[in-house]
Amino acid sequence: MITPRRIAAASAGAGSPRRPLAASRPRYGERVIRALLALCAGLSVVVTTGIVLSLLVGTVDFFRVVPVTDFLFGTRWAPSFSDASFGVLPLVAGTANIVLWSMLVAVPVGLSSAIYLSEYAPARLRKVVKPMLEVLEGIPTVAIGLFALLFLRPLLEELLPFLPWRTPHSVGVAGVAVGLMIVPLVASVADDAMRAVPRSLREGAYALGAGKLTVSTRVVFPAAISGIVAAFVLAVSRAIGETMVVLLAAGASPNLTFLPTESVQTMTAFIGQTATGEIATGTIDYYTIFAVGALLFVLTLMMNMLAIRLVRRFREVYE
Amino acid sequence: MATGTRPPRTARTRLAVAGARAATVGSLTAPAAGRRVREFLFPAVLFLGLSVALTGLAALIIWAVVQGGERVNLGLVTNGPSAINPEQAGYRTAILGSLWVIGGVIVLIVPLGTGAAIYLEEFADRTRWYHRLFELNIQNLAGVPSIVFGILGLAFIVRGPLQLGFVAAAGSITVALLVLPTVIIAALEAIRAVPSSVRQGAMALGATKWQTVWHQVLPAARSGILTGVILAVARAIGEAAPLLLVGAVTFTMADPSFFEGSYTTLPVQIYDWARRPQEELRTLAAAGILVMLALVLAMNSVAVWLRNRYEQKW
Amino acid sequence: MIAKKWWSAVGVGALALTLAACGSDDDTNGGGAGALSGTVRLDGSSTVAPIAEAAAELFMTEHSGVQVPVATSGTGGGFEKFCHGETDISNASREIKPEEAERCEQNGIAFEQITVGNDALTVVVNKDNPVDCLTVAQLHQIWAPDSTVRNWSEIEGLAVDFDEPLELYGPGTDSGTFGYFTEAINGEEGAQRTDYHNIGEDDNTGIIGVEGTRGGMFYVGYTYYAENADRVKALQIDSGSGCVAPSEQSAQDGSYTPLSRGLFIYPSSTALTRAEVRAFVEFFINHNEQITAVVGAIPLTAEQKQEMLDKVEQLAGAAG
Repeated sequence: MITPRRIAAASAGAGSPRRPLAASRPRYGERVIRALLALCAGLSVVVTTGIVLSLLVGTVDFFRVVPVTDFLFGTRWAPSFSDASFGVLPLVAGTANIVLWSMLVAVPVGLSSAIYLSEYAPARLRKVVKPMLEVLEGIPTVAIGLFALLFLRPLLEELLPFLPWRTPHSVGVAGVAVGLMIVPLVASVADDAMRAVPRSLREGAYALGAGKLTVSTRVVFPAAISGIVAAFVLAVSRAIGETMVVLLAAGASPNLTFLPTESVQTMTAFIGQTATGEIATGTIDYYTIFAVGALLFVLTLMMNMLAIRLVRRFREVYE
Repeated sequence: MATGTRPPRTARTRLAVAGARAATVGSLTAPAAGRRVREFLFPAVLFLGLSVALTGLAALIIWAVVQGGERVNLGLVTNGPSAINPEQAGYRTAILGSLWVIGGVIVLIVPLGTGAAIYLEEFADRTRWYHRLFELNIQNLAGVPSIVFGILGLAFIVRGPLQLGFVAAAGSITVALLVLPTVIIAALEAIRAVPSSVRQGAMALGATKWQTVWHQVLPAARSGILTGVILAVARAIGEAAPLLLVGAVTFTMADPSFFEGSYTTLPVQIYDWARRPQEELRTLAAAGILVMLALVLAMNSVAVWLRNRYEQKW
Repeated sequence: MIAKKWWSAVGVGALALTLAACGSDDDTNGGGAGALSGTVRLDGSSTVAPIAEAAAELFMTEHSGVQVPVATSGTGGGFEKFCHGETDISNASREIKPEEAERCEQNGIAFEQITVGNDALTVVVNKDNPVDCLTVAQLHQIWAPDSTVRNWSEIEGLAVDFDEPLELYGPGTDSGTFGYFTEAINGEEGAQRTDYHNIGEDDNTGIIGVEGTRGGMFYVGYTYYAENADRVKALQIDSGSGCVAPSEQSAQDGSYTPLSRGLFIYPSSTALTRAEVRAFVEFFINHNEQITAVVGAIPLTAEQKQEMLDKVEQLAGAAG
């Protein structure tokens, strides 16, 4: 605390032998606060440990019965049938389909929105549209799932009757709905990345006579590439982890296919259906929840580490 | 002019040079007419992309209104669920359950999220190896599917060491853990955005680390942290999957309380009613979507207002 | 300064919520006539849940001091909590499995199986489908694990000509309906071909699928058919003594075999020592017609009712 006495003492001591600049009394309060804050940060480690632990036991029990190679490379997923089979690839294919279709929607729409809003849109339009995108982000996944099942699917059958529609569930429709849901995420992260590009870069290009098209595509976009790639990977992560929309709109048939009109089952939908379903606990069916959960966790972990590495690699651009 | 001296090849320079080259080449070689067409087409295409998103949003809202509009009356939010009279059933217990869960989430994520971010950014030693591990861990957690958190909650919060049982508190903690990484990341960004001059000025005047943080950094980062909290809350309100595993009941006529009593939340209730055979219950589900949309709009408005009020310009 | 205001706002909000909670607690403890109070916890099958919910609501209008929450963790999930002592009654659309019963025994939980309704598992087809009746053998041919039937014309012994691709829809593999159908038609639970459209949790989509596909076939609980009788057609089933249509009558007198099944609740003997639990179970049995009528389910017969009431008395007496 700066008191007049201290100032006087300080100026009086200006000419005398120096005293070390330490706190005049030990700050216990600071230490306590620091410890509390460290605990807050440590909580995240506790959570991760918890997740790993809660998945581990069931997974170990699962692999005691089912060989790992059967699980990872088998193409038939039928855990509750009399001739059971535990190949997880159909579930992974289901998730991959969702990622494919959602990215086909989210990336172009999200990037266009971001570029338009940051480079072209007048401030008033931006002020109106940005909140609208945020509303889209906040819509609960239950609503999106029902919308996909009850509105999008019949609509797409009317618009594209030549496709082989066989069932009310469709992975393509679910994927499109997930993509729509992810658009705000892509748009906002890409927008942040593009706004972080220094104005001097843009202005230099404009000064040389470039039009907005050139500036956007040849200057801003490449400069923001790290953020844009990060947005893409975040979006993929989100699509992988989506549960509700696929539960409602994509179906429950483990199907190793890439036809968008087919119904499939994703890893998340499988966990959701089984964990709230009518399986007797303690059976092999029950342990499938943990095995698939563990696979899901590992996959998203790998995706996130890739994202972090990509961002770090391109980040030194401006620092 | 000295020849042969070039500026250092940082990435920034590279980009600037590439942009300059593109600009010059573009303006010198492209035919004027073609260029004007392109300059017009490009934003049109972009706007088309944007309008896909906006059309989707509009379609969803209109669909929900058409499907569930007839059930929108005061009873929708003041009546509890009813198996006998589905035309009269409402979302009161679900709304209260959601409020309890969200209340708990807010109380948990604000101190824990901000605390973790402050520690990582201000107090922790950044050169230590475990610091990067912390950040990596948080970023990973932000991407873990919500259903995995449901498994975690069932194992450790409902049963396990916390033994809370299937109550709103357990659901609240599970969802709080789910959205906590989002808050931490947003808070980290907000705190990082505070210029170091602010911190250094405070320190120069003799403030301790904590005083600097509490009186200078946090108020400055307030808007970013608030945005993160509101994003997290918006996500938390819409979560159904982990709560299904942690015991959000689907039919309870009693208003829930936090530490005891069965509870349900809006999305869980909607999910259940949407799958019933009775037409009235499915209409009720669509009406529930309208209730949630109203909530989302309200929260976003609050967010925008808060952001505009507290935004700092450096 | 602003931070302080913000924190105090959070604090006031939390306080308000707490006060509201205390307020609502009082409401639930207010006794009605009969002075029964407490909570009866149900969990389990989502097929039985609608009936249980109707029972709960009707019961609570008579005994306002009792709360009866009904959760739907699935038959298996319900049993898990039941055997942990976390619920009082488990709803089930299939019988308890030996492994589950063993776990309950390990934890000292005795129970009894009380039937609270009948169900006629209905096979539905498209309204334009000329087939009216199928034998059990034909159903088995269609649904067997190694079946290769892809067209209606390939079904042996079909009375009419119908050349249409067969589109099969079925419930999730973790549903009691699946378990019951596979056991009744294919002889073993879980024995079924896997190339069908699994519609997961939402039986409505099965109805939509059959409605829109000429060659569609789906099996579902009776309530879903009854609610949608204008959109799909129910097949009659011939198990050796003629074609029988699913109905309340044929489910109750057993003529609709092998696809008529019971819907069960499993109260624990410890729970039944509590007056409110016993009152609820007896209410469920005594007012069965009224309760099942609410959701369109099939009620118990008079003999079933008496049998169940005896069981309850026996179970309560054994523990008490």
